[in-house]
Amino acid sequence: MEFYLTAIHQGLAFAALGLGIFLSLRILNIPDITTDGSYTSGGIITAWMLVNGWSPIIAVIASMIAGACAGIITGTIHTRLKVHPLLAGIIVMTGLYSINLAILGRPNQPLINIENLLMSPSVNSDHSSIILFAFSVVLIILINAFLKSDMGISLRATGNSESMVKSMGVNPDRMKIIGLGISNSLTALSGSLIVQYQGFGDINMGIGIVISGLGAVMIGDVLLRNAASRKIFLQLIAVVLGCILFRLILAAALNIGIDPNYLKLITAVLVLSIIAFGKIKFTSKA
Amino acid sequence: MIEIKNISKTFNKGTADEIAALKCLSLKINEGDFITVVGFNGSGKSTLLNLISGSLIPDSGEIHFNDIDVTKLPDFKRSQYISRIFQNPLAGTASELSIMENFRLAALRTKSKTLSIGNTNSFRNSVCEKLKTLNMGLENKPDALMGSLSGGQRQALTLLMSVMDESKILLLDEPTAALDPKSAAIVMELAEKIIRDGNLTALMVTHRMKDAINYGNRLIMMKEGLVEHDYSNADKKAINTDDLIRWFNI
Repeated sequence: MEFYLTAIHQGLAFAALGLGIFLSLRILNIPDITTDGSYTSGGIITAWMLVNGWSPIIAVIASMIAGACAGIITGTIHTRLKVHPLLAGIIVMTGLYSINLAILGRPNQPLINIENLLMSPSVNSDHSSIILFAFSVVLIILINAFLKSDMGISLRATGNSESMVKSMGVNPDRMKIIGLGISNSLTALSGSLIVQYQGFGDINMGIGIVISGLGAVMIGDVLLRNAASRKIFLQLIAVVLGCILFRLILAAALNIGIDPNYLKLITAVLVLSIIAFGKIKFTSKA
Repeated sequence: MIEIKNISKTFNKGTADEIAALKCLSLKINEGDFITVVGFNGSGKSTLLNLISGSLIPDSGEIHFNDIDVTKLPDFKRSQYISRIFQNPLAGTASELSIMENFRLAALRTKSKTLSIGNTNSFRNSVCEKLKTLNMGLENKPDALMGSLSGGQRQALTLLMSVMDESKILLLDEPTAALDPKSAAIVMELAEKIIRDGNLTALMVTHRMKDAINYGNRLIMMKEGLVEHDYSNADKKAINTDDLIRWFNI
Protein backbone atom coordinates (compact mmCIF):
# COMPACT_ATOMS: atom_id res chain seq x y z
CA MET A 1 0.00 0.00 0.00
CA GLU A 2 2.96 2.25 0.81
CA PHE A 3 3.81 1.92 -2.86
CA TYR A 4 0.49 3.39 -4.00
CA LEU A 5 0.61 6.13 -1.37
CA THR A 6 3.92 7.22 -2.86
CA ALA A 7 2.27 7.29 -6.27
CA ILE A 8 -0.54 9.50 -4.95
CA HIS A 9 2.00 11.82 -3.35
CA GLN A 10 3.90 12.05 -6.61
CA GLY A 11 0.65 12.69 -8.43
CA LEU A 12 -0.16 15.58 -6.11
CA ALA A 13 3.35 16.97 -6.50
CA PHE A 14 2.85 16.78 -10.27
CA ALA A 15 -0.51 18.58 -10.04
CA ALA A 16 1.16 21.96 -10.55
CA LEU A 17 2.91 20.65 -13.66
CA GLY A 18 -0.35 19.20 -14.99
CA LEU A 19 -2.14 22.49 -14.40
CA GLY A 20 0.75 24.33 -16.10
CA ILE A 21 0.46 22.14 -19.18
CA PHE A 22 -3.31 22.62 -19.08
CA LEU A 23 -2.77 26.40 -19.22
CA SER A 24 -0.35 26.30 -22.13
CA LEU A 25 -1.87 23.46 -24.14
CA ARG A 26 -5.59 23.76 -23.51
CA ILE A 27 -6.11 27.41 -22.60
CA LEU A 28 -3.51 29.07 -24.83
CA ASN A 29 -3.41 26.34 -27.48
CA ILE A 30 0.39 26.40 -27.45
CA PRO A 31 2.41 23.18 -27.28
CA ASP A 32 5.16 24.24 -24.90
CA ILE A 33 8.01 21.93 -24.00
CA THR A 34 10.10 24.37 -22.02
CA THR A 35 8.70 22.13 -19.27
CA ASP A 36 11.65 19.71 -19.22
CA GLY A 37 14.00 22.60 -18.47
CA SER A 38 11.85 24.68 -16.13
CA TYR A 39 10.92 21.59 -14.09
CA THR A 40 14.60 20.77 -13.61
CA SER A 41 15.38 24.41 -12.79
CA GLY A 42 12.75 24.34 -10.04
CA GLY A 43 14.25 21.16 -8.62
CA ILE A 44 17.89 22.23 -8.94
CA ILE A 45 17.35 25.66 -7.40
CA THR A 46 15.46 24.10 -4.51
CA ALA A 47 18.21 21.50 -3.94
CA TRP A 48 20.95 24.12 -4.05
CA MET A 49 19.14 26.53 -1.74
CA LEU A 50 18.19 23.87 0.81
CA VAL A 51 21.76 22.59 0.96
CA ASN A 52 22.96 26.15 1.42
CA GLY A 53 20.69 26.75 4.32
CA TRP A 54 17.84 28.73 2.78
CA SER A 55 14.32 28.27 4.04
CA PRO A 56 12.21 25.85 1.97
CA ILE A 57 9.54 28.52 1.41
CA ILE A 58 12.09 30.91 -0.10
CA ALA A 59 13.40 28.01 -2.19
CA VAL A 60 9.91 27.31 -3.55
CA ILE A 61 9.34 30.98 -4.40
CA ALA A 62 12.76 31.29 -6.07
CA SER A 63 12.05 28.14 -8.09
CA MET A 64 8.74 29.53 -9.29
CA ILE A 65 10.32 32.83 -10.30
CA ALA A 66 13.00 30.96 -12.26
CA GLY A 67 10.31 28.90 -14.00
CA ALA A 68 8.36 32.05 -14.83
CA CYS A 69 11.48 33.60 -16.38
CA ALA A 70 12.01 30.50 -18.55
CA GLY A 71 8.39 30.69 -19.74
CA ILE A 72 8.64 34.41 -20.42
CA ILE A 73 11.78 33.82 -22.52
CA THR A 74 10.07 31.07 -24.51
CA GLY A 75 7.01 33.29 -24.98
CA THR A 76 9.15 36.22 -26.09
CA ILE A 77 11.09 34.11 -28.61
CA HIS A 78 7.82 32.68 -29.94
CA THR A 79 5.97 36.00 -30.27
CA ARG A 80 8.69 38.51 -31.09
CA LEU A 81 10.78 36.37 -33.44
CA LYS A 82 7.74 34.46 -34.76
CA VAL A 83 9.37 31.14 -33.95
CA HIS A 84 7.18 28.03 -33.65
CA PRO A 85 6.46 27.50 -29.94
CA LEU A 86 7.88 23.95 -30.03
CA LEU A 87 11.17 25.25 -31.39
CA ALA A 88 11.21 28.19 -28.92
CA GLY A 89 10.66 25.68 -26.11
CA ILE A 90 13.45 23.39 -27.31
CA ILE A 91 15.87 26.33 -27.51
CA VAL A 92 15.12 27.47 -23.95
CA MET A 93 15.09 23.93 -22.58
CA THR A 94 18.49 23.20 -24.14
CA GLY A 95 20.01 26.38 -22.75
CA LEU A 96 18.56 25.71 -19.32
CA TYR A 97 20.40 22.39 -19.07
CA SER A 98 23.76 24.17 -18.82
CA ILE A 99 22.37 26.86 -16.55
CA ASN A 100 20.95 24.22 -14.20
CA LEU A 101 24.29 22.42 -14.15
CA ALA A 102 26.06 25.69 -13.40
CA ILE A 103 23.66 26.50 -10.53
CA LEU A 104 24.11 23.16 -8.84
CA GLY A 105 27.80 22.81 -9.74
CA ARG A 106 27.40 19.04 -9.90
CA PRO A 107 25.04 16.61 -11.65
CA ASN A 108 23.09 15.69 -8.53
CA GLN A 109 22.56 16.75 -4.96
CA PRO A 110 21.24 14.55 -2.17
CA LEU A 111 19.31 16.29 0.63
CA ILE A 112 20.02 14.03 3.57
CA ASN A 113 18.76 15.21 6.95
CA ILE A 114 17.74 18.61 5.64
CA GLU A 115 14.51 20.15 6.81
CA ASN A 116 12.07 20.89 3.97
CA LEU A 117 8.40 21.70 3.43
CA LEU A 118 7.36 18.06 3.34
CA MET A 119 9.63 16.42 5.86
CA SER A 120 11.31 17.22 9.15
CA PRO A 121 14.05 14.61 9.53
CA SER A 122 15.05 15.95 12.94
CA VAL A 123 11.75 14.89 14.51
CA ASN A 124 11.25 12.12 11.96
CA SER A 125 7.89 13.44 10.78
CA ASP A 126 6.47 13.39 7.29
CA HIS A 127 3.71 15.87 6.40
CA SER A 128 3.79 15.10 2.68
CA SER A 129 0.13 14.05 2.45
CA ILE A 130 -1.36 17.15 3.99
CA ILE A 131 1.05 19.68 2.42
CA LEU A 132 0.88 18.24 -1.08
CA PHE A 133 -2.90 18.00 -0.86
CA ALA A 134 -3.14 21.58 0.40
CA PHE A 135 -0.90 22.79 -2.44
CA SER A 136 -3.15 21.16 -5.04
CA VAL A 137 -6.34 22.58 -3.52
CA VAL A 138 -4.91 26.09 -3.27
CA LEU A 139 -3.63 25.91 -6.85
CA ILE A 140 -7.02 24.84 -8.19
CA ILE A 141 -8.75 27.67 -6.33
CA LEU A 142 -6.20 30.31 -7.38
CA ILE A 143 -6.05 29.28 -11.02
CA ASN A 144 -9.84 29.07 -11.20
CA ALA A 145 -10.14 32.59 -9.80
CA PHE A 146 -7.48 33.86 -12.19
CA LEU A 147 -9.15 32.35 -15.24
CA LYS A 148 -12.45 34.00 -14.29
CA SER A 149 -10.90 37.42 -13.79
CA ASP A 150 -10.95 39.96 -16.62
CA MET A 151 -7.32 39.17 -17.42
CA GLY A 152 -8.05 35.44 -17.27
CA ILE A 153 -10.90 35.83 -19.75
CA SER A 154 -8.53 37.69 -22.08
CA LEU A 155 -6.02 34.85 -21.73
CA ARG A 156 -8.63 32.21 -22.55
CA ALA A 157 -9.96 34.20 -25.50
CA THR A 158 -6.39 34.49 -26.86
CA GLY A 159 -6.21 30.71 -27.25
CA ASN A 160 -9.59 30.79 -29.01
CA SER A 161 -9.54 33.59 -31.51
CA GLU A 162 -6.68 36.05 -31.98
CA SER A 163 -8.73 38.25 -34.28
CA MET A 164 -11.34 38.57 -31.55
CA VAL A 165 -8.98 39.53 -28.74
CA LYS A 166 -7.17 42.05 -30.93
CA SER A 167 -10.49 43.71 -31.72
CA MET A 168 -11.14 43.84 -27.97
CA GLY A 169 -7.96 45.77 -27.24
CA VAL A 170 -5.92 42.82 -26.00
CA ASN A 171 -2.37 42.26 -27.17
CA PRO A 172 -2.32 38.49 -27.81
CA ASP A 173 1.48 38.35 -27.69
CA ARG A 174 1.45 39.79 -24.18
CA MET A 175 -1.16 37.25 -23.10
CA LYS A 176 0.90 34.38 -24.49
CA ILE A 177 4.00 35.57 -22.64
CA ILE A 178 2.07 35.95 -19.37
CA GLY A 179 0.42 32.55 -19.86
CA LEU A 180 3.68 30.75 -20.59
CA GLY A 181 5.27 32.49 -17.61
CA ILE A 182 2.56 31.23 -15.25
CA SER A 183 2.58 27.80 -16.84
CA ASN A 184 6.32 27.34 -16.38
CA SER A 185 6.36 28.76 -12.89
CA LEU A 186 3.84 26.03 -11.99
CA THR A 187 6.08 23.47 -13.68
CA ALA A 188 9.04 24.67 -11.62
CA LEU A 189 6.90 24.39 -8.48
CA SER A 190 6.40 20.70 -9.27
CA GLY A 191 10.15 20.29 -9.72
CA SER A 192 10.71 21.90 -6.33
CA LEU A 193 8.12 19.73 -4.57
CA ILE A 194 9.42 16.53 -6.17
CA VAL A 195 12.99 17.28 -5.07
CA GLN A 196 11.78 17.86 -1.52
CA TYR A 197 9.71 14.69 -1.67
CA GLN A 198 12.36 12.37 -3.06
CA GLY A 199 15.23 13.99 -1.15
CA PHE A 200 17.57 14.73 -4.02
CA GLY A 201 17.92 16.89 -7.08
CA ASP A 202 19.30 15.59 -10.36
CA ILE A 203 20.26 17.41 -13.54
CA ASN A 204 18.43 14.77 -15.61
CA MET A 205 15.25 14.71 -13.53
CA GLY A 206 13.29 16.64 -16.16
CA ILE A 207 13.99 14.50 -19.21
CA GLY A 208 10.66 13.62 -20.80
CA ILE A 209 8.68 15.07 -17.91
CA VAL A 210 6.43 17.06 -20.26
CA ILE A 211 4.70 13.77 -21.14
CA SER A 212 3.48 13.42 -17.53
CA GLY A 213 1.68 16.73 -17.82
CA LEU A 214 0.28 15.90 -21.24
CA GLY A 215 -0.89 12.51 -20.00
CA ALA A 216 -2.59 14.11 -16.99
CA VAL A 217 -4.39 16.70 -19.13
CA MET A 218 -5.57 13.96 -21.49
CA ILE A 219 -6.79 11.75 -18.66
CA GLY A 220 -8.64 14.83 -17.42
CA ASP A 221 -10.31 15.18 -20.82
CA VAL A 222 -11.36 11.53 -20.75
CA LEU A 223 -12.76 11.92 -17.22
CA LEU A 224 -14.94 14.85 -18.26
CA ARG A 225 -15.95 13.51 -21.63
CA ASN A 226 -19.47 12.59 -20.64
CA ALA A 227 -19.84 15.31 -18.01
CA ALA A 228 -22.78 17.67 -18.44
CA SER A 229 -20.68 20.68 -17.49
CA ARG A 230 -17.25 21.70 -18.74
CA LYS A 231 -16.72 24.41 -16.16
CA ILE A 232 -13.11 25.53 -15.75
CA PHE A 233 -13.23 24.49 -12.10
CA LEU A 234 -14.14 20.91 -13.04
CA GLN A 235 -11.49 20.81 -15.72
CA LEU A 236 -8.83 21.86 -13.20
CA ILE A 237 -9.93 19.15 -10.77
CA ALA A 238 -9.91 16.62 -13.61
CA VAL A 239 -6.30 17.57 -14.47
CA VAL A 240 -5.19 17.01 -10.85
CA LEU A 241 -7.03 13.67 -10.75
CA GLY A 242 -5.32 12.91 -14.06
CA CYS A 243 -1.92 13.52 -12.46
CA ILE A 244 -2.72 11.10 -9.63
CA LEU A 245 -4.19 8.43 -11.93
CA PHE A 246 -1.20 8.71 -14.23
CA ARG A 247 1.20 7.99 -11.35
CA LEU A 248 -1.01 5.19 -10.02
CA ILE A 249 -1.06 3.45 -13.39
CA LEU A 250 2.73 3.67 -13.66
CA ALA A 251 3.07 2.39 -10.09
CA ALA A 252 0.78 -0.52 -10.89
CA ALA A 253 2.87 -1.35 -13.94
CA LEU A 254 6.04 -1.43 -11.85
CA ASN A 255 4.26 -3.37 -9.11
CA ILE A 256 3.38 -6.25 -11.42
CA GLY A 257 7.08 -6.66 -12.08
CA ILE A 258 7.86 -4.64 -15.20
CA ASP A 259 11.55 -3.74 -15.42
CA PRO A 260 11.95 -0.09 -14.24
CA ASN A 261 14.32 0.45 -17.18
CA TYR A 262 11.21 0.34 -19.34
CA LEU A 263 9.50 3.14 -17.36
CA LYS A 264 9.77 5.71 -20.16
CA LEU A 265 8.49 3.22 -22.70
CA ILE A 266 5.54 2.39 -20.45
CA THR A 267 4.88 6.10 -20.03
CA ALA A 268 4.89 6.64 -23.79
CA VAL A 269 2.60 3.69 -24.41
CA LEU A 270 0.31 4.87 -21.61
CA VAL A 271 -0.08 8.35 -23.10
CA LEU A 272 -0.61 6.86 -26.55
CA SER A 273 -3.30 4.58 -25.11
CA ILE A 274 -5.08 7.51 -23.50
CA ILE A 275 -5.08 9.39 -26.81
CA ALA A 276 -6.30 6.31 -28.69
CA PHE A 277 -8.96 5.66 -26.05
CA GLY A 278 -10.27 9.19 -26.48
CA LYS A 279 -10.39 8.91 -30.27
CA ILE A 280 -12.07 5.50 -30.46
CA LYS A 281 -14.95 6.47 -28.20
CA PHE A 282 -15.31 9.78 -29.95
CA THR A 283 -15.82 8.33 -33.43
CA SER A 284 -18.18 5.58 -32.30
CA LYS A 285 -20.39 8.21 -30.66
CA ALA A 286 -20.54 10.51 -33.65
CA MET B 1 -13.61 61.65 -38.46
CA ILE B 2 -11.41 59.35 -40.52
CA GLU B 3 -8.98 60.81 -42.97
CA ILE B 4 -7.04 58.58 -45.28
CA LYS B 5 -4.26 60.33 -47.17
CA ASN B 6 -2.53 58.75 -50.16
CA ILE B 7 -2.22 55.27 -48.75
CA SER B 8 -0.63 52.53 -50.80
CA LYS B 9 -0.26 48.86 -49.98
CA THR B 10 1.54 46.29 -52.08
CA PHE B 11 1.69 42.63 -51.19
CA ASN B 12 4.66 40.35 -51.97
CA LYS B 13 6.74 43.31 -53.03
CA GLY B 14 9.62 42.49 -55.35
CA THR B 15 8.40 39.00 -56.18
CA ALA B 16 6.60 37.58 -59.18
CA ASP B 17 3.39 37.60 -57.09
CA GLU B 18 3.52 41.34 -56.46
CA ILE B 19 0.02 42.79 -56.08
CA ALA B 20 -0.66 46.49 -55.67
CA ALA B 21 -3.82 46.28 -53.54
CA LEU B 22 -4.21 50.02 -52.96
CA LYS B 23 -2.67 52.71 -55.11
CA CYS B 24 -2.37 56.06 -53.42
CA LEU B 25 -5.95 56.08 -52.18
CA SER B 26 -7.39 59.07 -50.34
CA LEU B 27 -10.74 59.15 -48.60
CA LYS B 28 -12.39 61.42 -46.10
CA ILE B 29 -15.04 59.85 -43.90
CA ASN B 30 -17.24 62.27 -42.00
CA GLU B 31 -18.62 61.72 -38.55
CA GLY B 32 -21.87 59.75 -38.72
CA ASP B 33 -21.24 58.49 -42.26
CA PHE B 34 -22.44 54.98 -42.99
CA ILE B 35 -20.55 54.04 -46.12
CA THR B 36 -21.19 50.89 -48.10
CA VAL B 37 -18.27 49.69 -50.20
CA VAL B 38 -18.65 47.50 -53.29
CA GLY B 39 -16.15 46.31 -55.83
CA PHE B 40 -14.60 43.31 -57.52
CA ASN B 41 -12.67 40.71 -55.65
CA GLY B 42 -9.16 42.05 -55.42
CA SER B 43 -10.23 45.67 -55.81
CA GLY B 44 -8.78 46.50 -52.39
CA LYS B 45 -11.98 46.69 -50.28
CA SER B 46 -10.78 44.36 -47.56
CA THR B 47 -7.28 45.85 -47.67
CA LEU B 48 -8.83 49.27 -47.07
CA LEU B 49 -10.77 47.95 -44.09
CA ASN B 50 -7.71 46.17 -42.70
CA LEU B 51 -5.64 49.33 -43.04
CA ILE B 52 -8.24 51.34 -41.13
CA SER B 53 -8.44 48.66 -38.42
CA GLY B 54 -4.67 48.38 -38.17
CA SER B 55 -4.47 44.70 -39.14
CA LEU B 56 -2.29 45.96 -42.00
CA ILE B 57 0.13 48.87 -41.96
CA PRO B 58 0.35 50.90 -45.21
CA ASP B 59 3.58 51.12 -47.23
CA SER B 60 3.04 54.86 -47.54
CA GLY B 61 0.42 57.44 -46.69
CA GLU B 62 -1.31 58.38 -43.47
CA ILE B 63 -4.47 57.54 -41.56
CA HIS B 64 -5.94 59.97 -39.04
CA PHE B 65 -8.84 59.55 -36.63
CA ASN B 66 -10.00 63.02 -35.58
CA ASP B 67 -6.54 64.49 -36.10
CA ILE B 68 -4.83 61.62 -34.26
CA ASP B 69 -2.26 59.93 -36.46
CA VAL B 70 -2.94 56.20 -36.15
CA THR B 71 -0.98 55.07 -39.22
CA LYS B 72 1.50 53.00 -37.24
CA LEU B 73 -0.78 52.04 -34.34
CA PRO B 74 -1.21 48.23 -34.17
CA ASP B 75 -4.73 46.79 -34.38
CA PHE B 76 -5.05 45.84 -30.70
CA LYS B 77 -4.39 49.48 -29.77
CA ARG B 78 -6.56 50.91 -32.50
CA SER B 79 -9.48 48.89 -31.14
CA GLN B 80 -9.96 51.63 -28.55
CA TYR B 81 -11.52 53.64 -31.41
CA ILE B 82 -12.88 50.83 -33.57
CA SER B 83 -15.34 47.97 -33.29
CA ARG B 84 -15.14 45.27 -35.92
CA ILE B 85 -17.53 42.77 -37.45
CA PHE B 86 -15.78 40.05 -39.41
CA GLN B 87 -16.91 38.12 -42.45
CA ASN B 88 -16.39 34.90 -40.52
CA PRO B 89 -18.89 34.87 -37.61
CA LEU B 90 -16.41 32.75 -35.63
CA ALA B 91 -13.71 35.44 -35.80
CA GLY B 92 -15.48 38.07 -33.73
CA THR B 93 -16.30 35.88 -30.74
CA ALA B 94 -14.40 33.34 -28.63
CA SER B 95 -15.96 29.86 -28.99
CA GLU B 96 -14.86 28.36 -25.70
CA LEU B 97 -15.97 31.30 -23.61
CA SER B 98 -19.55 31.77 -22.47
CA ILE B 99 -21.78 34.46 -23.95
CA MET B 100 -21.37 36.38 -20.71
CA GLU B 101 -17.56 36.18 -20.80
CA ASN B 102 -17.51 37.36 -24.41
CA PHE B 103 -19.59 40.36 -23.39
CA ARG B 104 -17.32 41.03 -20.44
CA LEU B 105 -14.34 41.28 -22.76
CA ALA B 106 -16.32 43.53 -25.10
CA ALA B 107 -17.24 45.79 -22.19
CA LEU B 108 -13.52 46.29 -21.58
CA ARG B 109 -12.53 47.01 -25.17
CA THR B 110 -11.04 50.40 -24.37
CA LYS B 111 -10.00 49.55 -20.81
CA SER B 112 -7.29 47.42 -19.24
CA LYS B 113 -8.07 43.85 -18.24
CA THR B 114 -7.17 43.47 -14.59
CA LEU B 115 -7.26 40.62 -12.10
CA SER B 116 -10.65 41.67 -10.73
CA ILE B 117 -13.73 39.56 -11.39
CA GLY B 118 -16.03 41.68 -13.54
CA ASN B 119 -18.66 39.06 -14.23
CA THR B 120 -20.86 40.36 -11.39
CA ASN B 121 -24.60 40.12 -10.94
CA SER B 122 -25.27 43.68 -12.03
CA PHE B 123 -23.14 43.15 -15.12
CA ARG B 124 -24.98 39.91 -15.90
CA ASN B 125 -28.35 41.61 -15.55
CA SER B 126 -27.41 44.44 -17.87
CA VAL B 127 -26.17 41.95 -20.50
CA CYS B 128 -29.35 39.87 -20.19
CA GLU B 129 -31.41 43.01 -20.83
CA LYS B 130 -29.46 43.56 -24.04
CA LEU B 131 -29.78 39.89 -25.05
CA LYS B 132 -33.55 40.16 -24.67
CA THR B 133 -33.70 42.78 -27.42
CA LEU B 134 -32.46 40.14 -29.89
CA ASN B 135 -35.51 37.94 -29.35
CA MET B 136 -33.36 34.84 -29.71
CA GLY B 137 -33.96 33.50 -26.20
CA LEU B 138 -30.28 33.88 -25.39
CA GLU B 139 -31.08 35.78 -22.19
CA ASN B 140 -32.13 32.41 -20.75
CA LYS B 141 -28.72 30.83 -21.29
CA PRO B 142 -26.09 33.54 -20.81
CA ASP B 143 -23.56 30.93 -19.68
CA ALA B 144 -23.86 28.84 -22.83
CA LEU B 145 -20.60 28.52 -24.74
CA MET B 146 -20.36 30.82 -27.75
CA GLY B 147 -19.32 27.78 -29.80
CA SER B 148 -22.75 26.21 -29.30
CA LEU B 149 -24.52 29.03 -31.16
CA SER B 150 -25.25 29.42 -34.87
CA GLY B 151 -23.31 31.75 -37.16
CA GLY B 152 -26.26 34.15 -37.34
CA GLN B 153 -26.58 34.30 -33.56
CA ARG B 154 -22.85 34.85 -33.17
CA GLN B 155 -22.83 37.63 -35.73
CA ALA B 156 -25.77 39.32 -33.99
CA LEU B 157 -23.97 39.02 -30.66
CA THR B 158 -20.78 40.46 -32.19
CA LEU B 159 -22.84 43.49 -33.20
CA LEU B 160 -24.28 43.88 -29.71
CA MET B 161 -20.79 43.45 -28.27
CA SER B 162 -19.43 46.19 -30.54
CA VAL B 163 -21.31 48.84 -28.54
CA MET B 164 -20.74 47.38 -25.08
CA ASP B 165 -17.94 49.88 -24.60
CA GLU B 166 -17.58 53.43 -25.90
CA SER B 167 -17.76 53.21 -29.67
CA LYS B 168 -17.27 55.64 -32.50
CA ILE B 169 -16.24 53.67 -35.55
CA LEU B 170 -17.70 50.38 -36.77
CA LEU B 171 -16.07 48.36 -39.54
CA LEU B 172 -18.12 45.60 -41.13
CA ASP B 173 -16.37 43.23 -43.53
CA GLU B 174 -19.09 41.38 -45.46
CA PRO B 175 -20.97 40.74 -42.20
CA THR B 176 -23.68 38.62 -43.82
CA ALA B 177 -21.63 36.72 -46.40
CA ALA B 178 -21.65 33.48 -44.38
CA LEU B 179 -25.28 33.70 -43.28
CA ASP B 180 -28.58 32.36 -44.63
CA PRO B 181 -30.99 35.02 -46.02
CA LYS B 182 -33.11 35.20 -42.89
CA SER B 183 -30.17 35.56 -40.49
CA ALA B 184 -28.58 38.03 -42.91
CA ALA B 185 -31.69 40.22 -42.79
CA ILE B 186 -31.77 40.12 -38.97
CA VAL B 187 -28.09 41.00 -38.74
CA MET B 188 -28.39 43.88 -41.22
CA GLU B 189 -31.39 45.35 -39.42
CA LEU B 190 -29.54 45.11 -36.13
CA ALA B 191 -26.44 46.68 -37.65
CA GLU B 192 -28.43 49.63 -38.94
CA LYS B 193 -30.17 50.12 -35.59
CA ILE B 194 -26.87 50.03 -33.69
CA ILE B 195 -25.21 52.45 -36.10
CA ARG B 196 -28.18 54.83 -35.94
CA ASP B 197 -28.69 54.65 -32.17
CA GLY B 198 -25.02 55.09 -31.40
CA ASN B 199 -24.48 57.69 -34.14
CA LEU B 200 -21.53 55.58 -35.26
CA THR B 201 -19.29 56.21 -38.22
CA ALA B 202 -19.47 52.97 -40.19
CA LEU B 203 -17.85 51.37 -43.19
CA MET B 204 -19.36 48.19 -44.62
CA VAL B 205 -17.87 46.07 -47.37
CA THR B 206 -20.54 44.01 -49.08
CA HIS B 207 -21.19 41.90 -52.17
CA ARG B 208 -24.96 42.15 -51.75
CA MET B 209 -25.92 44.99 -54.08
CA LYS B 210 -29.29 45.34 -52.39
CA ASP B 211 -27.67 45.98 -49.02
CA ALA B 212 -25.25 48.42 -50.61
CA ILE B 213 -28.18 50.42 -51.96
CA ASN B 214 -30.57 50.06 -49.01
CA TYR B 215 -28.21 50.86 -46.19
CA GLY B 216 -25.98 53.79 -45.44
CA ASN B 217 -25.76 57.36 -46.65
CA ARG B 218 -22.82 56.98 -48.99
CA LEU B 219 -21.70 54.40 -51.51
CA ILE B 220 -18.18 53.78 -52.71
CA MET B 221 -17.27 51.65 -55.70
CA MET B 222 -13.71 50.40 -55.79
CA LYS B 223 -11.72 49.19 -58.74
CA GLU B 224 -8.08 48.19 -58.97
CA GLY B 225 -7.02 49.72 -55.71
CA LEU B 226 -8.78 53.06 -56.14
CA VAL B 227 -12.15 54.63 -55.42
CA GLU B 228 -13.81 54.84 -58.81
CA HIS B 229 -17.16 56.29 -57.71
CA ASP B 230 -18.14 58.00 -54.48
CA TYR B 231 -21.91 58.60 -54.30
CA SER B 232 -23.29 60.96 -51.69
CA ASN B 233 -26.66 60.29 -50.12
CA ALA B 234 -28.59 62.16 -52.84
CA ASP B 235 -26.72 60.48 -55.70
CA LYS B 236 -27.07 57.14 -54.00
CA LYS B 237 -30.85 57.42 -53.93
CA ALA B 238 -30.87 57.93 -57.67
CA ILE B 239 -29.15 54.66 -58.49
CA ASN B 240 -30.49 51.13 -58.13
CA THR B 241 -29.26 47.58 -57.96
CA ASP B 242 -29.31 47.23 -61.76
CA ASP B 243 -27.00 50.21 -62.15
CA LEU B 244 -24.54 48.57 -59.81
CA ILE B 245 -24.69 45.24 -61.57
CA ARG B 246 -24.19 47.00 -64.91
CA TRP B 247 -21.09 48.67 -63.51
CA PHE B 248 -19.74 45.29 -62.52
CA ASN B 249 -20.28 43.97 -66.04
CA ILE B 250 -18.41 46.70 -67.87
